Amino acid sequence: MRFSDQFEKRFAEMLTHYPTKRSVLVPTLLYAQDEAGFLSDEVIAEIAQRLELTELDVNNVISYYSMLTTKPRGKYNVQVCTNIACMLRGGEELLEQCKDRLGIGHKGTTSDGLFSLEEVECIGACSWAPAIQVNYDFHENLDERKMDAVLDSYRKKAI
Amino acid sequence: MADAPKLVNLTVDGKKLTAPAGSLLIDACKNVGIEVPSFCYYPNLSLQGACRMCLVRVEKMPKLQTACTTVVAEGMVVATDNEEIKQARKAMVELLLGNHPLDCPVCDAGGECELQDMTFSYGAAESKYMEPKNHKDEQQWSPVVFFDRPRCILCYRCVRVCGEGMDVWALGVQNRGVSSIIAPNKEDHLECEECGMCIDICPVGALTSGAYRYKTRPWEMNHVGTTCAHCADGCKTTLGVRRADEGMEIVRGDNRDKSGINNDFLCMKGRYAFDFANHEDRLTQPLIRKNGKLTPSTWEEAFELVGKKLNEVRMRDGGSAIGVIGSTHTTNEENYLLQKFARAVLESNNIDHHRTADFPALAAVLSGKQEITASMRDVYNAPAILLIGNDPTEQHPLLAWQIRNNVRLHGAKLHIINSEPIKLRRQATSFTQIPVGAELNAASFLAGDDSALNAITASASRENWAALRNQLRNTENLVIIFGSEIRGAAVTAVTHLASSISGAKVIALADYANSRGASDMGLYPDLLPGYHPAAKSGLTLPQMAENAKSGKLKALYVVGSNPLARFHLDSQIFAGTFVVVQDMFLTETATIADVVLPAANLYEKTGTITNTCGDVQIVKKASEVNGPKSDFEMIVRIADAMGYDVRNLVPFGRGETADMGQSRGAQSGEADRHAVWLQANNLEPKLSPFDPMAIFDEIQRLVPGYRVSRLNLLSGNDEHTQLSQSGPGAKHDPALIVPAHDNLFSSGTLGRYSRALNSVMENRNPQPAEVAAD
Ligand code: SF4
Ligand code: SF4
Ligand code: SF4
Ligand code: FES
Ligand code: FES
Repeated sequence: MRFSDQFEKRFAEMLTHYPTKRSVLVPTLLYAQDEAGFLSDEVIAEIAQRLELTELDVNNVISYYSMLTTKPRGKYNVQVCTNIACMLRGGEELLEQCKDRLGIGHKGTTSDGLFSLEEVECIGACSWAPAIQVNYDFHENLDERKMDAVLDSYRKKAI
Repeated sequence: MADAPKLVNLTVDGKKLTAPAGSLLIDACKNVGIEVPSFCYYPNLSLQGACRMCLVRVEKMPKLQTACTTVVAEGMVVATDNEEIKQARKAMVELLLGNHPLDCPVCDAGGECELQDMTFSYGAAESKYMEPKNHKDEQQWSPVVFFDRPRCILCYRCVRVCGEGMDVWALGVQNRGVSSIIAPNKEDHLECEECGMCIDICPVGALTSGAYRYKTRPWEMNHVGTTCAHCADGCKTTLGVRRADEGMEIVRGDNRDKSGINNDFLCMKGRYAFDFANHEDRLTQPLIRKNGKLTPSTWEEAFELVGKKLNEVRMRDGGSAIGVIGSTHTTNEENYLLQKFARAVLESNNIDHHRTADFPALAAVLSGKQEITASMRDVYNAPAILLIGNDPTEQHPLLAWQIRNNVRLHGAKLHIINSEPIKLRRQATSFTQIPVGAELNAASFLAGDDSALNAITASASRENWAALRNQLRNTENLVIIFGSEIRGAAVTAVTHLASSISGAKVIALADYANSRGASDMGLYPDLLPGYHPAAKSGLTLPQMAENAKSGKLKALYVVGSNPLARFHLDSQIFAGTFVVVQDMFLTETATIADVVLPAANLYEKTGTITNTCGDVQIVKKASEVNGPKSDFEMIVRIADAMGYDVRNLVPFGRGETADMGQSRGAQSGEADRHAVWLQANNLEPKLSPFDPMAIFDEIQRLVPGYRVSRLNLLSGNDEHTQLSQSGPGAKHDPALIVPAHDNLFSSGTLGRYSRALNSVMENRNPQPAEVAAD
């Protein structure tokens, strides 16, 4: 299992921050996922071995955090917030719109591997509700038209 | 000794009490009889604070506090029982029941379920929740572990006992919040030690046992406290038995009352492998070889034939033409009786057993000196342990548990010297790998012989060895545990090391439930009970085989042993020998016998057995299969059939403790009461020639090391015997020791007939998928 030099540098650095190896598990998983797209059995085994944990242990931590995934996701992970602020301002409608346009449901991935969809809890952008997050980018104050535009822009970006 | 801990004063429910500083509120309450309900709290496991059942009100603290995580403090004022708390606990139970199926009428835990108890106490069976309950079907995780998810209350006891207690870490928690779920290490199944600790510790019926589930209810069984029949560690176990067609059947084994040396620990074998007792291959009728075939007979016919034949041989060829092989699975009383029978009735010193440790060598060094044998309890409390050889995780599960938990809870230092990287090295302060067979060198070096180092330095530098030796020499109260790799001269070396360290003690590891007892009771051609030399030495087991081959051994009496398979003997050599076998099953040895007598096992009789440390414990009759007789009874009956006065064999109806004199005069009621008590404890008054306790009297008289508190023993406690009070022991050929090499899932002949053990084995070695021929 090979990770990028940047990953290795970060990993080595993080190890020095905590008294126990186990403490770096969560950020390590996140960085690994950013690189590999998802946390495959191979990635899990590698990280478990590096941190002297059982694979069961690593799997359990992954299952706790919904932002970590063991299944491949689309290139763009569309996360629609339906928590209270966004819900009041049309978040649920946005989610429905995405489902229709992408033809997938919660946690689904389009057959071309471009988009995944997820309904999420508050992403901390309540002041600009309704908001969505695509990978690490935020799109705020959305309505039906803007939502379409966002999806279009990502589709274009991919070509 | 560490200083006594500081005490703090607190008030609980108006009661003033003191507790050691640093202790938990929940324990402080419990110690004075105030019960604080709890699910997730479990003594000696890490704190979880997950269930919120133990909520109490502590003055000056905001909100209710969890007693299981609150440390006592000076002047603390606590309320554990008022309306507010009751309401809070009721609400907690209601939450726990949110997804709980409440299928108590079919649940295994019904009647002994902690959730059921709480629900009754707080009356929260009615729920305000309208949501449908989450349901998941029951899953089988291994041949012995089943998981019924909806019943789980997420206390995480199972996860912690498997990880912290067992060091297996096979269970985890997946997801979070209400969708949390206990998960096995291999996605849909477990690969683990199958100890069942997780099932035992589960407060509800979420984890259930393959052996017991849906078979019976707790209140329908009899519960008999006895000792495990498998390895030499001597775990106390409570067997749940119920009536079955062929007698009494064991359906469950656990040690929930935490009595005995093992607390609540049992390994796979103690917990499930009692099923050999009810295997359908059990022999239930005596068999006599007629026209070359083993044919069922009556007991009378069998005893008569055996008596007649043995008498014939003794009179014609003398006792030296008769051999006796004893067992490592019979009681001390039976072993004692067997050697007495051999020596007094058969007039033969040709008696031996399957030896797995060099106790005679240990007795030789300790005889008349200071007692330095450690008990199984010492292993849990010693500040430091040196382990040479053996792999306790596989061969001595309780010992391994004691070591691990001593390290975890008391910070004991563990030093390991082994030719393999055994699993316990995970707990070790130092691990030194040596070449196979170099244990003697290691022991000699540690005992002070510098020249012994040459053979072992390949594995570690001289400085490391010297440092280890220095460190050990300065470790007071060290417990030295050694496997059968240490024999003969090596035993002397290890014991010398121990006696040079203040307070140090030793344990020699043997392999079977009563290996130590067989040795202590003199199943040796040259040693009497208590390691006193016999006037004339007889034949060892291999010599008996030799003599059979050359036609000099005319009769062989085998009790609970399978020498043919164990020592790879050629069955042809016994063609001219009259062979009598007492066993549960038609073993390899039994198939060549002239008479086979069906024997009861350790779960079907009363007596005492001694674990490898020398802790003697009682075994009590739990189960029963119609037909077989105890070895004790059979030995007596054979002596009787030989015309021997059995009063000279078993001192029944007389003697100090056997005296029923209370029946006279003013004490007349006593005898009855005494008899009732004996019956209740599965003992007979010593008025019969089959009473093992009559022999135990004699053992206690003749083997001073066994003069332990009888009362304590009969109440089900372990009593440590003394080897230093023994006779001079003997130097034996080290090659006579043949290690059993059993692992967690095997147990000699018993293991072969245990479905539970075999099913785990099958699970371990799945048959390769068949490949098409073309
Ligand atoms: S049976 Fe023992 S080893 Fe297996 S999961 Fe349960 S506690 Fe762990
Ligand atoms: S399975 Fe039993 S022991 Fe394990 S968390 Fe659930 S209730 Fe607790
Ligand atoms: S450790 Fe030994 S004595 Fe204890 S339950 Fe297991 S086999 Fe029986
Ligand atoms: S509720 Fe949607 S971002 Fe906070
Ligand atoms: S026992 Fe205290 S929180 Fe569970």
